[in-house]
Amino acid sequence: MSEPLLQVRGLTKRYGARLACADVSFDLVPGEVLAVVGESGSGKSTLLSLIATELAPDAGTVSYRMRDGDLRDLAGLSEAGRRALMRTEWGFVRQDAAQGLRMAVSAGGNVGERLMGMGERHYGRIRAQALDWLGRVEIAADRIDDPPTRFSGGMRQRLQIARNLVTGPRLVLMDEPTSGLDVSVQARLLDLIRRLSAELGLAVIIVTHDLAVARLLSHRIVVMRAGRVIETGLTDQVLDDPAQAYTQLLVSSVLAA
Amino acid sequence: MTALLTFQDVAKSFTLHLRGGVVLPVVGDVSLAVEPGECVVLGGPSGAGKSSLLKMAYGNYRCDAGAIRIRDGDAVIDVVRADPRVMLSLRARVIAYVSQFLRVIPRVPALDVVEAAGREGGLDAATAQARAKDLLARLNLPERLWGLPPATFSGGEQQRVNIARGLIADRPLLLLDEPTASLDAQNRAVVAELVREKLKGGAGVLGIFHDSEMRDAVATRVVDVTRFAPPARAA
Repeated sequence: MSEPLLQVRGLTKRYGARLACADVSFDLVPGEVLAVVGESGSGKSTLLSLIATELAPDAGTVSYRMRDGDLRDLAGLSEAGRRALMRTEWGFVRQDAAQGLRMAVSAGGNVGERLMGMGERHYGRIRAQALDWLGRVEIAADRIDDPPTRFSGGMRQRLQIARNLVTGPRLVLMDEPTSGLDVSVQARLLDLIRRLSAELGLAVIIVTHDLAVARLLSHRIVVMRAGRVIETGLTDQVLDDPAQAYTQLLVSSVLAA
Repeated sequence: MTALLTFQDVAKSFTLHLRGGVVLPVVGDVSLAVEPGECVVLGGPSGAGKSSLLKMAYGNYRCDAGAIRIRDGDAVIDVVRADPRVMLSLRARVIAYVSQFLRVIPRVPALDVVEAAGREGGLDAATAQARAKDLLARLNLPERLWGLPPATFSGGEQQRVNIARGLIADRPLLLLDEPTASLDAQNRAVVAELVREKLKGGAGVLGIFHDSEMRDAVATRVVDVTRFAPPARAA
């Protein structure tokens, strides 16, 4: 079995007296899609921010297997080293596209920026790759010079995906990528995420409150409540035969997940 | 030779935490085996736990006790204790599960659904494509439907997509839960033939077929699951 790409151990974060994330541990192997589910306030988005090193934990570690095969504690990297990692090997698709995109920059610029961050300077190559990726996320080529402010919600999310995947990341974090979209648009985006993650062998951590999204996309699932992981396992097993009272409540509260 | 699938002293119940923790026993003391080339059909009234047994073998339901061993090449894996990643790998290579219901991502065309299942089952892209077309044709799914997402199909058409998806790869253990429930006689006969081909190739089947014609066409043995009825509980 492949070695873990990401190793999370004992992650804990408090906001005052409230535990936002309590002693969370898991491994993620290459190509694996892990869903983190729970109600709002369960700590799932905090967990994602901790993993992305956007928040500092009160305790615990996040380790990542670098290209050289070394498993490194991200807290031990320099700020510049962490930024470089996030810009190249990691992607982060946000719920609010305005946080994940530069809204005043063209679609092509949004995709090209991450390439330039990796040192690419050749305008023609950047534009060609941007075009290629816009095509892969089903955005018409003639929209390349439009800023995302002129895009629909679904298009913005697809543009975020292109921007994140153009650098060939190995790990992509997704925070409620389909919420707030029309159902038909959601389906298209889910299909896209599933296809690309399988084709590219991406490891993905997807935070969602939508159990149907978790079922369609993820291999494994983590159920969080009040900052704690209360149940974890094979996605279909946890959804079809939940052991914990809270998971049973979640599953029985939705219409046919 | 080890059996492809062995249930040993398996028990299963559901605990309904939202109903005051009431425990619903499903089955107890289940022991049975499926050898290569064998089609073991589960019999008994509905509610006796037939589908649950298939779901337990697939790792979709947990077990309270016992072991469910599945042969994986030279190794034997106990599904009850297997790590989720081991289970996923078994599903990709060893176990095919076909239920009555097709659950797919909306918007994906039927042919793509079947091809993708082939690739996930270890076929190369060209083989997956050729087999997907061959299977859909054999199952009499009109070619004009291949490029359409199955959500709009009739129950029988969806079921044929589901069967094609389940049978496309070369997995040695088939778990079939009423795969022919909404099919007409002609298509049931096609499915029976597909199953017999798998058996001839050394695969083993654990299945549920209410239709007696279908059962007679494929079963090598029928196991009545009422003999696995859980012990009556004290109130």
